[in-house]
Amino acid sequence: MAAAITLAADAPTLSSANTGFMLICSALVMLMTPGLAFFYGGMVRVKSTLNMLMMSFISLGIVTILWVLYGFSLAFGTDSGSVIGWNSDWVGLSNIGLTELWDGYTIPVFVFMVFQLMFAIITPALISGALADRVKFSAWALFITLWATVVYFPVAHWVWGAGGWAFELGVIDFAGGTAVHINAGAAALGVILVIGKRVGFKKDPMRPHSLPLVMLGAGLLWFGWFGFNAGSWLGNDDGVGALMFVNTQVATAAAMLAWLVYEKIRHGAFTTLGAASGAVAGLVAITPSGGAVSPLGAIAVGAIAGVLCAMAVGLKYKFGYDDSLDVVGVHLVGGVVGSLLIGLFASGKGQSDVEGLFYGGGLDQFWKQCAGVFAVLGYSLVVSAILAFLLDKTIGMRVSEDDEVAGIDQAEHAETAYDFSGAGGGAARTAVPAAGVAGAESKKVDA
Amino acid sequence: MKLITAVVKPHRLDEIKEALQAFGVHGLTVTEASGYGRQRGHTEVYRGAEYTVDLVPKIRIEVLAEDDDAEQLIDVIVKAARTGKIGDGKVWSLPVETAVRVRTGERGPDAL
Repeated sequence: MAAAITLAADAPTLSSANTGFMLICSALVMLMTPGLAFFYGGMVRVKSTLNMLMMSFISLGIVTILWVLYGFSLAFGTDSGSVIGWNSDWVGLSNIGLTELWDGYTIPVFVFMVFQLMFAIITPALISGALADRVKFSAWALFITLWATVVYFPVAHWVWGAGGWAFELGVIDFAGGTAVHINAGAAALGVILVIGKRVGFKKDPMRPHSLPLVMLGAGLLWFGWFGFNAGSWLGNDDGVGALMFVNTQVATAAAMLAWLVYEKIRHGAFTTLGAASGAVAGLVAITPSGGAVSPLGAIAVGAIAGVLCAMAVGLKYKFGYDDSLDVVGVHLVGGVVGSLLIGLFASGKGQSDVEGLFYGGGLDQFWKQCAGVFAVLGYSLVVSAILAFLLDKTIGMRVSEDDEVAGIDQAEHAETAYDFSGAGGGAARTAVPAAGVAGAESKKVDA
Repeated sequence: MKLITAVVKPHRLDEIKEALQAFGVHGLTVTEASGYGRQRGHTEVYRGAEYTVDLVPKIRIEVLAEDDDAEQLIDVIVKAARTGKIGDGKVWSLPVETAVRVRTGERGPDAL
């Protein structure tokens, strides 16, 4: 779905190497959603851990079915009006030849379809971090269904579908800075402005219950992201996918370091959560830009994103919106930063010959990037807020205050994440201490 | 009989246990606890948001003693628990009306 098709006029033939590579990339991107679940799950309090995990996992279920039924067709089918696609052969994947190639590429339609499915799954899951602790599970499931249909599928078409307006305009989004991260971040903002804050926001301490889980999730995200980014070139015949792979690593490293240095200066410590957050901010920012910038450019993109996102996560306290796990601060801000920086740092030697301001290309590309960024941001923000409003007025978005305070896990899932009760049932049986010295001559003091 | 309760720093547990064993104490009960005294809590930072953690982790040790041993036993615990830094904890004792060894049914000092 990259912005430029560089292959020559010869009709492409199926490449086993690219096909195998893309199937592995699809599996890598799939792993990001459980990774995200743990990244978020460790950040909430004990009482809502399972709900947080489930908000991501349910997306694997719902969006997969939607994608097969009609999502792929809406996103990548024949364009109408530059805003949406449709291809009745793809409805239910009912009429796709197994070796039928994705137009202009060396991989089957099926492979492209399943790779793109994984993107469609993780995007709504990203939103869930802003809604921690307080959203009815049924309302969330319905929200995902509607949001994927009226926001994700059209936006993916704008950005990546042949004939989509942003694609045709020349907006560069290698792997999803606009379609995935700005889209999810803006949606998160729209929804939380409607549903409001958690009980006790800004008053009660709401610190992460398990930073090791957060680190595990961040590690899985980082790993899976190689598939997300490098796979987005849909093959690797010209080395651009490898450039993207390298830049993914470089920008992520730079962003993690930048976040850590910023918070050490600002708050006095190198935190674990800062390392994880910085890494994710770098991954987000390099997602749209990694095919267009050089490795040194990737360091700049990562470092700038790391610092700006570290600053942005504090805004929610200033403005009073409860972006619980900083989806806006990391994904929206990181996505905007990465997308706009293409206009400055595009080297002309990567995915296309487009040059940014610092490489002599003027501001042309920058304005195009702005168009893509703000259109997606605005559309997603408004439509997501409307969806949340409608759901809130009909079935209700939030659990009762009592359930929220007691813990959403028990109320919505009839489970709790951890068993703290060692007593009873033989669970805590330990050896009875030997009574051999009872009645000994020393001072008898026994409990 | 007396019930001696000590709320002390978790990392002193092993020293206290050894000192009590050397004194001849045959059993004790340990509970994980949290609380604060003059030490108050500490501050943690998550993504720039500062949280004051009032309650710091402590352990509570409970030991039953005969009246004559109690004061000496308290000294043993205090000595083993002391690091000299703020937050070392407290030790106190209370009178105990009765005690029963569950296995044998022995009562009073015999149950110790």
